[in-house]
Amino acid sequence: MKKKFVLVLLLIFFSITFIILYSSLHKVEIYIPEKITNKSTIKFSAKDLFSNKEIDFNSLVKNDKLTIINIWASWCQPCRDEHPFLMKLGDDKNINLIGISYKDNIKNSKKFLNDFGNPFSNILIDKNGLISINIGAYGVPETYIINADKKIFKKYIGPLKEKNYLEIMSLSNENN
Amino acid sequence: MIFNHIGYYSLVFGFFISLYLLFFSMFLYLKGKLNNQLNLNIYYFSSLQLFLVILSFISLIISFILSDFSNETVYYNSHTTKPLFYKIAGTWGNHEGSLLLWLLVLTLFIFIFILKSNNQPKLYRLLSIFFQQIIITGFFLFLLITSNPFNYLFPIPIEGLGLNPILQDPALVIHPPILYLGYVGSSIIFSSSLAALIENNFSKIWAKHIKNWVFVSWIFLTLGILLGSIWAYYELGWGGFWFWDPVENVSLMPWFSLTALLHTISVLEKRQLLKSWTIILSISTFSLSMSGTFLVRSGILNSVHTFANDPERGVFILTFLFILIFLAVFIFFFFSKNIVNLNEKNFYWLSKDSSIIINNWFMMYFLSVVLIGTIYPIFLEVITSDKISIGPPFFNKLIVPFLIPFLLIMSFGPKLKWIKDRFNKLELDKIFFFVISILISVLIYEKLGQKNLLITILIFASIYLFLISLIELIKSRNNLSQKLSHFGFSLLILSILFNGLFSKEFSSNMKIGDQIEFDNKLIKFKNVESKKGSNYNSIIASFVIEDENKRISKFFPEIRIYNQPNIMTSEADIKTSIFQDKFFVINFLKNENYFNVRYQVKSFMIWIWISTLLIVLGGLIGLVRKIK
Repeated sequence: MKKKFVLVLLLIFFSITFIILYSSLHKVEIYIPEKITNKSTIKFSAKDLFSNKEIDFNSLVKNDKLTIINIWASWCQPCRDEHPFLMKLGDDKNINLIGISYKDNIKNSKKFLNDFGNPFSNILIDKNGLISINIGAYGVPETYIINADKKIFKKYIGPLKEKNYLEIMSLSNENN
Repeated sequence: MIFNHIGYYSLVFGFFISLYLLFFSMFLYLKGKLNNQLNLNIYYFSSLQLFLVILSFISLIISFILSDFSNETVYYNSHTTKPLFYKIAGTWGNHEGSLLLWLLVLTLFIFIFILKSNNQPKLYRLLSIFFQQIIITGFFLFLLITSNPFNYLFPIPIEGLGLNPILQDPALVIHPPILYLGYVGSSIIFSSSLAALIENNFSKIWAKHIKNWVFVSWIFLTLGILLGSIWAYYELGWGGFWFWDPVENVSLMPWFSLTALLHTISVLEKRQLLKSWTIILSISTFSLSMSGTFLVRSGILNSVHTFANDPERGVFILTFLFILIFLAVFIFFFFSKNIVNLNEKNFYWLSKDSSIIINNWFMMYFLSVVLIGTIYPIFLEVITSDKISIGPPFFNKLIVPFLIPFLLIMSFGPKLKWIKDRFNKLELDKIFFFVISILISVLIYEKLGQKNLLITILIFASIYLFLISLIELIKSRNNLSQKLSHFGFSLLILSILFNGLFSKEFSSNMKIGDQIEFDNKLIKFKNVESKKGSNYNSIIASFVIEDENKRISKFFPEIRIYNQPNIMTSEADIKTSIFQDKFFVINFLKNENYFNVRYQVKSFMIWIWISTLLIVLGGLIGLVRKIK
């Protein structure tokens, strides 16, 4: 009797541990706002993917819209996964979505957008990856939300999920 | 390119072989016989499995050497400008590669187990192989489903993303493999204790045979933790060797459990006692090793780490881990009636057996402290969304006071006789050492003045253990391994204490030409120059420290800016001598003329490494003597 009791107790204990650890997995917050907010304003210029003209990033930020930077590459699988969300964000009139093409072949980038659609208002080329590193990227894909001072106030590492998408949409609605 | 395919398909074949071995060993077990032909069969298949995993691992290494960026793992973790040595090390410096290494060690160990366990009962062997193959199959699945090291990238990128420069350090090249050898060794202990439980095979021969595996895992685990600590000291540039960081704690937990097992198994061997406890420790050591892998690899502990962070992996390891735990718990409860305890209550209070039990209590206490300190923040965050962080003060406050009785018991426990000892011999030398230890600690207390009493008593206890075990070492060579390890442990505690008490630190912002006085010495900032390394640019500052006798020592701390990925690291200039390390490190400041300068004098630093090595050496001697 006593033995069975211990067994049941152990099973309950381990089950609870399992459930808690399991839910902690889904709690891993991948954006780290507090680390980035103090960073200096984003400043760079790069060539545009389509017009091939040098464009200053500052000229792209508009005060009446929420500016979002998305770093992507055609060779990156998770970028394909998040693309449908980007398409929806691109449709929103209050959002200004700027793409950075990270270490990518120009032909492949264009083909990717041709195949999956182009949600970006502008795409800047980051051939050697330096621009992305300077604004604090770990890899692709990453998505940054920029405030009016041209500072990053939110950062998503890894592909956007449904949850992140809804969060961005609510931010965009607040803005107006 | 081709190596991608070779590596991947050998993994797939290896997986099928482990399925075959899994069912075959169960089938033979149920049939209840194992003749030589079948024995050979198992032997061949297990060597084939080992060969395939080695092949796969070598393919990955070659992909790294050739910088084959069509391989996703290589692309994310390597770069053409990286030195060859670190290209190779990059193989296991990442998630996929390190899991492949786990698998390699798993298959290697089961192969050795099959070779070395011929004198054991056949059914017991079959069952051990069966349990071990469950673990191996799980790891194959984990690799193939969630962490394939041979994912193909197209179009092929021109250049890789590079390995984090702080991982480019010789100690870190061997740290993970060594630690894994320790972790994986505990899987053999896990499988064979379960098998022994079912078969009720707790003979002296079994205890001896499993003790070898306990020694092997313990040696590697200790060495692995030491290497991690050395890496943190030399590379992180914080001047410390242990930070109670969750990732460190995770390797310490199985160590406590394994150390308890190491002592308990002797009681089993000598007196046929503590059988259930041995099983429980075997199960918990392995579960803790697996949870360590889970916590580190799932990203719960280091969520900022990578973009390839995938909760799916965490779910897999977690589920797998709990399947194993539940399996073990059920087996334990259904078969523990097999254990016949003839004289379980038969422990006389003054005997070696009892002192080992006390050792186990302490180990379990230390384990619980570390476990709670590491896991509790995670639990709290899930349940209440509060974030707390538990730092060194928690661990120090809960562990340090308990070290005092622990050290004292350690100083007389090993000399007690088995079963029953008597208390009639008050030896003069012991009293003599007791008095000497008190005198020395009081002297240290007086010299430092303001320090607290607890530390003084702790110094006394460790000096006492130090003297006693030193004398024992000199007296006779019997039981050398135990004496050496205990001596090493007392030395370790003493070095850590002195390191904490006598270390000095100076930190300030300086520009070229500045002079600052510190501890009767003059620190002068001479100049900086820049230099180009193989895959980084560096800025080297030169400092001169002049003491009151005008003796001069020069320091050249360095800041490296790696090109791929673009990361800055501070390389400390460390001058090691017998009694102290001088540690000099600089950092950039926003204002470009100034540097942040840190100069530390760390006492007895090198003795922390030496004493841990002595502990390991003790284990090694024990193992070698046993195998003979």
